[in-house]
Amino acid sequence: MSHAGTLDAEHPHGPLQPPGDTTGLFGVFRRRYLLGLLVRKELRVRYQASALGFAWSYIKPLVRFATYVLIVGYVIGLKDLENYPLHVFTGMMVVTFFTETLSAGTKSVVKNKSLVNKMNVPREMFPVASLLVTTWHMIPQYVVLFIACLAIGWGPNPTDLLAGVLSLTIIVTFSMAVGLAFSALNVLYRDVSNFIETITHLVMWSTPMIYPFELIYFRTHGNWIEQLYLLNPVADAVLLGQQCFWVPTLNDPSSAVMPDHLIARGFGMLAACLVLVWLAQRLFSRLEGKFAEQMV
Amino acid sequence: MATSIILDQVTKRFILRDTMTLKRRLVALAHRNPVTHAFTAVNDVSLEVEEGEAIGLMGLNGSGKSTLLRLISGVLRPDEGQVLTRGRIAGLIEVTAGFHKQLTGRENIYLNGAILGMSEAEINAKFDEIVDFSEIERFLDQPVGSYSSGMFARLGFSVSVAAESDIFIIDEVLAVGDPPFKKKCIKRIQEIRDEGRTIFFVSHNTTQITRICSRAVVLESGKLAFDGAVEDAIHHLHYDDETDDFDAEGGEI
Repeated sequence: MSHAGTLDAEHPHGPLQPPGDTTGLFGVFRRRYLLGLLVRKELRVRYQASALGFAWSYIKPLVRFATYVLIVGYVIGLKDLENYPLHVFTGMMVVTFFTETLSAGTKSVVKNKSLVNKMNVPREMFPVASLLVTTWHMIPQYVVLFIACLAIGWGPNPTDLLAGVLSLTIIVTFSMAVGLAFSALNVLYRDVSNFIETITHLVMWSTPMIYPFELIYFRTHGNWIEQLYLLNPVADAVLLGQQCFWVPTLNDPSSAVMPDHLIARGFGMLAACLVLVWLAQRLFSRLEGKFAEQMV
Repeated sequence: MATSIILDQVTKRFILRDTMTLKRRLVALAHRNPVTHAFTAVNDVSLEVEEGEAIGLMGLNGSGKSTLLRLISGVLRPDEGQVLTRGRIAGLIEVTAGFHKQLTGRENIYLNGAILGMSEAEINAKFDEIVDFSEIERFLDQPVGSYSSGMFARLGFSVSVAAESDIFIIDEVLAVGDPPFKKKCIKRIQEIRDEGRTIFFVSHNTTQITRICSRAVVLESGKLAFDGAVEDAIHHLHYDDETDDFDAEGGEI
């Protein structure tokens, strides 16, 4: 339009522009206050009217942990793996972070349907809030992990700590990418929530959490199957996490079987995950235009 | 005066999917029967609004009023044409949209204020004003799930008028609420108008529209049917044909 141009620039309320917040993830971080309130709301609401409340966030992983250690460790017989419970626990931290963000993130947009339909907020807010809620829930588990490591005798070197940081950043960025993409897809195709159940199951068994990486290594000898296995960002994040928390507790840390060039691989994976976040954001923006009319 | 809102040949269609099983869908596809229907909610609407204008948006149920408001607020995007707005938009498309039933009135004030784009400091500064206006002080620390619909409307309205905006949208929210509260709302909306903010006001109530608006826009089946003086719009809609007893006190039916 002709008059939307020149004299508009100095208008105190800014130029004429299409309404609606389309700044994506940046917009979310600009509105941190709202994000914080949404996270708090979610924390308040999630376990309301349940007798054990917040405790469920710890009972569920605890039961799973006990099952793995008892059944896989003692009944099936992986107990010979040094510090096997710590091996499982470290893996679980990573895998649970991913699966929880995935399942909560996927539902997040649909669950906030009245807001999406009627109010103007950056919609990326909802999957991001799910990720933060998961993070908050897992803090005590990280504390337990630290205490357990220190009790066993944990002496990480700087490379191990770097591995830990890489593990965390990979799993956060990958979960963010997947949460963003699936929350948008779930609006259009409600099959997605069934699909993620399957993924959750797959992720649990396709990462070296319950079994050690050496079983994969000795069966594949670095062939393409191993490479494929290591293309899974969750598997890499688990291995890096174990490099940080589990390996330094072993009597002979060099005895642990880990993939070659683990740290370099981690940096590569992190870069790939950042690209995935960007792609997921593009997908989200593209589908977002249809959100309000799909959820009447 | 600068332009505040431009709608340029805006069209919005909704695709209605017939709910059917996969089998029926495949059969329909094989027979080349349609599985979706398009419904044009807003059809080629062009409109230009100056800053400080108070527009009354009128039309029968299903004529596309709410869709038009959602296009202006940015919740929906047009299929054709373009929508341009200037400045911050606040308002109520539905009073309870931003409310969470399990949170208390107090928590909801903060949550809704933030949704409308207010900062924490802004909400703190306006908190008392919001509570005073809503008159629900006694129930402030109760979950809003236990509120009556009137209380809901009061709280929602109070938060949205507190948010500073350049364009203020009100969609039939005054339908709930008792006459004294409605009167207070009308007065507040008039103040907002006098501050020079742009107002989009949806109502079936001719008295309310006359009191607030300087211009009326009538939609009929998604098309712009009338744009001009309020009395002429009322005449156009034949809302003045019969005297309506309920209308006398500025109340809604």
